[in-house]
Amino acid sequence: MNARANPWLLSTPALLVYAVFLIAPLLMVFVISFYDFKFMGGMQPTFIWKNYIQVFSDHYYHQIFLRTYGVAILVTLACAVLGTFEAYVLSRMRNPWKGLFLMVVLGPLLTSVVVRTLGWALLFGSTGLISKTLMAVGLASRPVSLMYTDLGMGIALTHVLVPFMVISVWASLQRINPATEAAALSLGASQFTVMRRVIVPQIVPGILSGSIMVFAMAASAFATPAIIAGRRLQTVATAAYDEFLNTLNWPLGAALAVLLLISMVIVLLAANRVVERRYGAIFN
Amino acid sequence: MSYLVLNGLSKRYGDMVAVDSLSLSVEQGEFISLLGPSGCGKTTTLQMIAGFIEPTAGSIVLAGRDLSRVPANKRGLGLVFQNYALFPHMTAAQNVAFGLEMQGLGKQERIRRAGDALEMVGLAHLADRHPARMSGGQQQRVALARALVIKPSMLLLDEPLSNLDAKLREEMQLELRAIQRTVGTTTVLVTHDQSEALALSDRIVVMNHGRVEQVADPYSAYEDPVSRFVGGFLGKANVFAVEAAQHEGQACARIGEAHVALDGRPMPIGQVIVRPEKITFGEASASALPGKMRARVFQGNHWLCQVETSVGEVLVIRQNDGIPVPPEGSAVHLRWHAPDMRPVEAARKGLAS
Repeated sequence: MNARANPWLLSTPALLVYAVFLIAPLLMVFVISFYDFKFMGGMQPTFIWKNYIQVFSDHYYHQIFLRTYGVAILVTLACAVLGTFEAYVLSRMRNPWKGLFLMVVLGPLLTSVVVRTLGWALLFGSTGLISKTLMAVGLASRPVSLMYTDLGMGIALTHVLVPFMVISVWASLQRINPATEAAALSLGASQFTVMRRVIVPQIVPGILSGSIMVFAMAASAFATPAIIAGRRLQTVATAAYDEFLNTLNWPLGAALAVLLLISMVIVLLAANRVVERRYGAIFN
Repeated sequence: MSYLVLNGLSKRYGDMVAVDSLSLSVEQGEFISLLGPSGCGKTTTLQMIAGFIEPTAGSIVLAGRDLSRVPANKRGLGLVFQNYALFPHMTAAQNVAFGLEMQGLGKQERIRRAGDALEMVGLAHLADRHPARMSGGQQQRVALARALVIKPSMLLLDEPLSNLDAKLREEMQLELRAIQRTVGTTTVLVTHDQSEALALSDRIVVMNHGRVEQVADPYSAYEDPVSRFVGGFLGKANVFAVEAAQHEGQACARIGEAHVALDGRPMPIGQVIVRPEKITFGEASASALPGKMRARVFQGNHWLCQVETSVGEVLVIRQNDGIPVPPEGSAVHLRWHAPDMRPVEAARKGLAS
């Protein structure tokens, strides 16, 4: 036992768990993505770029990637706006209400994603509450269904993910010195200007780190797209799932999964770099 | 009519009275300190003047204008906070220029005046630095520049120096006073630090339990406190009960064994305060209070002595002026002059009724 070996020895159990249950499966997926697949013969262990070429050349997959990232970006924007507003209102509430409403906001995290999404499915259907209400108030003449639409998927994902944004913005709101608000007021700023020039700039790091989380989870979400968007509107996660379990084309599914992972890592690293570079110097 | 008039200003939270019918007149250009222990209502008073707390009763009139219905962002007052409250995402220059921007000034004008303000507090070279990269003293200067650059009708300082270390605090006190004298802005300072209030103010308002105990210039507040509270809060004080007595045919005030000749002065009734630095060590006599030196602490420019006497423990401060201070354990005789006995409370109440 010596000082240099101790940290390694102590983290061995955790490292083993990661190696066996995370690194190894990921490596296997990576390796499989270069395998060949024959409809009559199954998986062929070789090294070919066929699956990647297929994904890159097929318009069908372009659409899937575009939809996945498009929806993820919109969901992130919606969460940033809603979550920031929600967190600010929460932080300004008085004490019994503050705790209560924080519980209400974070409550959805205590239920299963599947249950919450099925709830949205009930609302979204052509005979669901939203459709009926729109017809009752005369905003729609025919039943409206949000099921199997990008909008429906976006709404459900936003609901599922907004608590993460609230937590992140909440944390940076707690670090704000309340006197900065008073100082801005005393210098003649209106309440709106205080919000825009003093509060929001101070919580931008929180909004950005919340956005990174929400974006990553929205782009890789499976349950919500599977239930709301169904099989008609595929995202990368549901497409990979179908390749693995329905078509049994594991190599193609693996290629999709690998591409999703790589693109995500690039996006997140870039975002993180921007945050560090712009705000590291201001808020240490 | 005075520049700022507080009239019967009160703030109640349920049954709790934070400020109890406070009335005060401040002249233009004056430097006023609200001094008191925490919870005495001094900060609440400042917040009411600033417009962040609504008074339960009373009025605030600034330059003839009633501020009751004026929101905080329309009062045009300069505020400096204990924790500086600089905008962390802006540079020093941007912080200072913020108020000018709110006044709708053009960019050139803003840059010029923010530059001048930073120059005034001696930080022109740090204009492009963010607050996180500045020391506490530098941040406090930026905060002062930010408050003064808008040419406020009044400057409100909320414990501005209490987060600084002792040496820097003294430096900043001198500087703050000099700047205030130069720009001539009427200033209200809230502090719990008596030396800060003594050093900076034209007048001190000593507060306790939401009430004003005394309003006076620093010298008279210290020399002639109206109550035991003021005497004890502003500096150190020995409080003695006095009795009228005769000694060798003369009217005397008797404190323990000491008979202090009054030399024709009126007899103090009840309790008196004697400042520790007014007491000297002398020879045994009828007018001296005998005691035993229990402890003495050397503080560089003075000695702080605890003397045990028949009327309790007496504090004595002696300048380190070359005259030796009696060693611990020795018998000593304390003397003071009749004018140094300042009657408090009971005596004043007796006079008033």
